[in-house]
Amino acid sequence: MDEPEQADTKHHAAYWRANLKLLGVLLSIWFLASFGAGILFRPFLDQFSFGGYPLGFWFAQQGSIYVFLVLIAVYVIAMHRIERKFDLDDDD
Amino acid sequence: METQTLIYIFVGLSFALYIAIAVWSRAGSTTEFYVAGGGVNPVVNGMATAADWMSAASFISMAGLIAFLGYDGSVYLMGWTGGYVLLALLLAPYLRKFGEFTVPDFIGTRYYSKAARVVAVLCLIIISFTYIAGQMRGVGIVFSRFLDVPIFWGVVIGMGIVFIYAVLGGMKGITYTQVAQYCVLIFAYMVPAFFISFMLTGNPVPPLGLGSEVNDGSGMFVLEKLDLVLTDLGFAAYTDGSKSMIDVFCITLALMVGTAGLPHVIVRFFTVPKASDARRSAGWALLFIALLYVTAGPVGAFARLNFTQTVNETAYADAPEWFTNWEANDLIAWRDKNEDGVMQYRPGDAFEGAPVFALDATGPSGERLLENAPTDNANEVYVDRDIMVLANPEIAQLPGWVIALVAAGGLAAALSTAAGLLLVISSSVSHDLLKRTFRPDITEKGELRAARIAATAAILVAGYLGIYPPGWVAQVVAFAFGIAAATLFPAIVMGIFSKRMNREGAIAGMLGGLVFTLSYIWYFKLWDPSLNVEANWLFGISPEGIGVIGMVLNFTVALTVSAMTKGPPVEIGRLIENIRVPRGAQTPHTH
Repeated sequence: MDEPEQADTKHHAAYWRANLKLLGVLLSIWFLASFGAGILFRPFLDQFSFGGYPLGFWFAQQGSIYVFLVLIAVYVIAMHRIERKFDLDDDD
Repeated sequence: METQTLIYIFVGLSFALYIAIAVWSRAGSTTEFYVAGGGVNPVVNGMATAADWMSAASFISMAGLIAFLGYDGSVYLMGWTGGYVLLALLLAPYLRKFGEFTVPDFIGTRYYSKAARVVAVLCLIIISFTYIAGQMRGVGIVFSRFLDVPIFWGVVIGMGIVFIYAVLGGMKGITYTQVAQYCVLIFAYMVPAFFISFMLTGNPVPPLGLGSEVNDGSGMFVLEKLDLVLTDLGFAAYTDGSKSMIDVFCITLALMVGTAGLPHVIVRFFTVPKASDARRSAGWALLFIALLYVTAGPVGAFARLNFTQTVNETAYADAPEWFTNWEANDLIAWRDKNEDGVMQYRPGDAFEGAPVFALDATGPSGERLLENAPTDNANEVYVDRDIMVLANPEIAQLPGWVIALVAAGGLAAALSTAAGLLLVISSSVSHDLLKRTFRPDITEKGELRAARIAATAAILVAGYLGIYPPGWVAQVVAFAFGIAAATLFPAIVMGIFSKRMNREGAIAGMLGGLVFTLSYIWYFKLWDPSLNVEANWLFGISPEGIGVIGMVLNFTVALTVSAMTKGPPVEIGRLIENIRVPRGAQTPHTH
């Protein structure tokens, strides 16, 4: 393997690591908002009230959906930033 | 104007619109037929994805299911939205960068194997046909109730419309009709929801209304009141479920992963210009979908409260008009067990099985008589869950044009999803089976003709299933998700995120997941439904949630087999490197 290609591979590997790190963070929040707050911790959270809803019930039927939307928005922005940083974006 | 006339006008106008769009956007090449030329704007594609995704089940059945399941209904709300996070983060941008026509295209190329491609086609066809049968049932229900035509002609008309724009227009025609259908269906869903929320709580925004106090002077929150009314009658509290936690967990996960693995949803992300557009488009799709999903929960709760308060302890003679309307359509029934002429609504089945009405015989109060054996509980009312959304405007006494709008919306939801499914079935036959596997020398023109013939054949099969639904259809529709979760999703994810995964592992994993999940569902749902109780389930997981175990099995088998066999060739490593970076996406072209 000649040198530029090796540098290229390293460059790609660093980009991919940054991507995986972002995925790890976002998917943890994804899990906590839905399976955590909406299912596993629901019995506990239901003792609190949120705008007329029991809190756990709210997460299961409303809150998790709002969190999902925010997660994709954050992903679109953060991923674009990572790609720009590594000069691998697909902007025209 | 009479409601019936309004319904004909609304449905007629919406159909005319779909056909006009189809004629305007005919497909001339395979690229246009499979992926709409690959140049669809991400927002437009998001809207089309939302219509593609929101089926008769989302529009007609979901709020009704939630109304009667309460908290347990959350599995659908979380399950059918959370999958878009997986889709955006794990699949869509990479599959777009890969840049081909179909899901089996990716699996066949990534796993350098015609066998893997054929297995993927097999999974795709099983998933899509179980799914499409449910759409046809939705079309049948809407036609028979609102347009007063027999189900046979209802399905024939619906199929005719889909035929025109799916077969002529391909993906291009479908994309633009789906945008129109999204507008019709979301408007039709929101208008009655706003009315009902405002009537019950004084707040017209349903998610806020459900958190408000009921405006009957009681000073109670809606959910508090609902819990009280239901527990008084012996039902479980609305905010408390009856399913076990592990079952709720697994069903939600199976629906999420299944959503991300449904071919007709994935393929929509092949139509945008580049990888970053696929991400954005998934976000738009979820936004358009979320509008309906955050409304469905409140609609379910309002409907349950309305229904219970209107029907329970009301004399049949004073029953509202909608009650007898739906009774005439076999979807509501009342059996006066204590012969007091008053309807008692309590937990449990009012009688055994689905209602079988005695021909033209009416009881002392004028109700339709039933042949079913009564049960010994106090409940006298049977109600099909599917009618809640359709009956809502009538229950809330909304004007005729709202009822007409809901009829058009239900048809838009069913037809848009049916069209998307027909397209992936036909392209998997013409592209994956013919062009890429058995007849590689076929011309582009020949391939396009084959795609149209396959779409026609699929429409005929789907129409047949809609007119003569075999008993198993309704039973297995929901399982398309479990099968997708156990087969296609793991194969695609490992194809992107693991460089070591090879042909042998992927094929073994898909087959293992498919056989396990299908057998589990078949055993409990078809072979002996009487065994389908929690005590017999594996780890306490119902057939609805078993796709999760199928998925785990798929991953395990694939990783084990691939560790014991030869790794993929060098050029596959380069392919993976290439799809992982967004730069340089191309419009798919004919090879």
